[in-house]
Amino acid sequence: MRAVRAAGAALGGITMLGAVVAAQTVQINGAGATFPTPIYSKWIDEYAKARPNVRINYQSVGSGAGIQQVSKQTVFFGASDMPMTKEQMQAAPGTLLHFPTVLGAVVPIYNIPNVTAELKFNGQVLADIYLGKITKWNDAALAKLNPGVTLPSTDITVVHRSDGSGTTYIWVDYLSKISPEFMKRVGVNSSVNWPAGVGGKGNEGVSGLVRQTPGSIGYVELIYALQTKISYGPVMNMAGELVKASVQSVTAAAAEGAAKMPADFRISITNAPGKGAYPIASFTWLLMYESPKDKAQAKAMVDFMKWALSDGQKYCAGLGYAPLPDAVIKLEQAALGRIKTS
Amino acid sequence: MTLRSRDLGFRAGTGVFALALLLIVCAIGFELVRQSLDSIQRFGLAFWRTELWDPVAGEFGALPFIWGTLYSSVVALMIATPIALGIAVFVSELCPAALRQPLVFLTELLAAIPSIVYGLWGIFVLVPAIRSVEVATPEALRQLPLFSGPPLGVGMLSAAVILAIMVIPFTSSVSREVLKSVPAAQREGAYALGATRFEAIRAALYYARTGIVGAVMLGFGRALGETMAVTMVIGNNPKVSMSLFAPQYTMAAVIANEFTEAADPLYLSALVEIGLVLFIITLLVNSLSRLLIWSMARSGIAAMTAEPPARVAAA
Repeated sequence: MRAVRAAGAALGGITMLGAVVAAQTVQINGAGATFPTPIYSKWIDEYAKARPNVRINYQSVGSGAGIQQVSKQTVFFGASDMPMTKEQMQAAPGTLLHFPTVLGAVVPIYNIPNVTAELKFNGQVLADIYLGKITKWNDAALAKLNPGVTLPSTDITVVHRSDGSGTTYIWVDYLSKISPEFMKRVGVNSSVNWPAGVGGKGNEGVSGLVRQTPGSIGYVELIYALQTKISYGPVMNMAGELVKASVQSVTAAAAEGAAKMPADFRISITNAPGKGAYPIASFTWLLMYESPKDKAQAKAMVDFMKWALSDGQKYCAGLGYAPLPDAVIKLEQAALGRIKTS
Repeated sequence: MTLRSRDLGFRAGTGVFALALLLIVCAIGFELVRQSLDSIQRFGLAFWRTELWDPVAGEFGALPFIWGTLYSSVVALMIATPIALGIAVFVSELCPAALRQPLVFLTELLAAIPSIVYGLWGIFVLVPAIRSVEVATPEALRQLPLFSGPPLGVGMLSAAVILAIMVIPFTSSVSREVLKSVPAAQREGAYALGATRFEAIRAALYYARTGIVGAVMLGFGRALGETMAVTMVIGNNPKVSMSLFAPQYTMAAVIANEFTEAADPLYLSALVEIGLVLFIITLLVNSLSRLLIWSMARSGIAAMTAEPPARVAAA
């Protein structure tokens, strides 16, 4: 008799326990940009060790798809390498907030036989090359930037990304800021109608083409260049210094951006002013609703973001990402308070 | 009675499966139309003949992709068909028995290699080789529109060659099976009439021609839809060009390249319409190949009945 009662109590206990566990374990789904996937996965893993009751699942489906899915509310948060446009924000069923998480940068790579010196670039030269206006390596504009380097008279083969990509977005955003003609003829998007050149798929496609094609120039994500040890050239910044992309010079560009950060964090930091700032850099953003439907998820996600912005930033350097400047982190900590968690 | 009802049940069951297939094809077509409605309304039929693809300005046309898809597939078939037929004839007619199984195994292995592997091989081995061919092309030939443009390596020729390699195992396996099914009496008859080995094989090929056309069309269908390997070597440049050296683009490649990052509704819709165009073109190609096979089969019968009197007349 006692055994039966005990079993009954146990059964009741299990059902209750089940309810409690279900209430405590929070499952959050997100989707978006592929560029920050390694750091997001790292954060999610590390955070799960500290908070096993929060399960975050991130799918790297691309920035465009991330914006789409968060707008349709099929995922709790989105992620994008480019800020959402006004039209996209208006199309979403609620107010979406942007949170910068880490930084990326894009570097020019090239392959000129018999030239071992490091080539220097500026925005105008890069824009004219990608417009198809500078077609020879010994063009006067390039020669002026690179005194003492004997440049060959061979044709320049322009290589760009063929797949839609945040890397392309940062690259053309920079070129459009420098060159009004580039802005008019090409414009800014993750895929554009290129006036010149061939398309390679992914960073590996572009670097493969550049490595094999004598006389070619391309652009790749900084982390990719660092990991695969491709050499890349410095680019002249707004202050007139030649700056080589590195974790430090990218964070320096972001620090400049932080000074005039708009309240919604939708800022482009290409061609940033200031000493030591690398000009072809950008934030990558996480997208969340100001007033999410599920408050438990909202609470868990805000906690996660606070952790990612403080403890999480120390994982950046190991993976090659430039960490956020402190000023931006402070602004974001405050902005996280806007999310309604109750 | 029970047997009869079981028959009926079996018939109904398999019928449902066949119907499901039909429904799936219709559903794909319907969904493609539904999701590309924005773009269809905006661009109409001009979509098929516009060369501009500008995601920034929101101007989309499919012509360079249609051209690139058909051009690369046709050139691939021109390369692949003779080679695949050669393999099929050798394996089924001429090959020493000890060599046959390894050869069959190897051709089928080619079909099992994932296309991304072909693509990587294309970038690192094929493209440099094609580039050296392009560099070595004499200046006089380079004046022709077929070989104009700078020697980049990536471009139509690389895409066609890689497609040809991917298509060969399909065409050659099916052709081999078709040749195997040619009755022995056919060959024996040919030899009995004093035919040489070559003539006997030619007779067998003639006998099997509808099946061989089917095998070639199977390869064509595969070439039309191939995505990853082509994307990696074709150069992805949406310009219509006659030149084999020019970087071009295909429909499957542009969808694979741009779909994930397309956030604008019209842009997405235009990409889905590219899928619809590919769907329609594949349907057309398949229907045309059916028609071709039917007409060949019919004219074959007509030829057989018509031939003897003609011979008599000649004699």
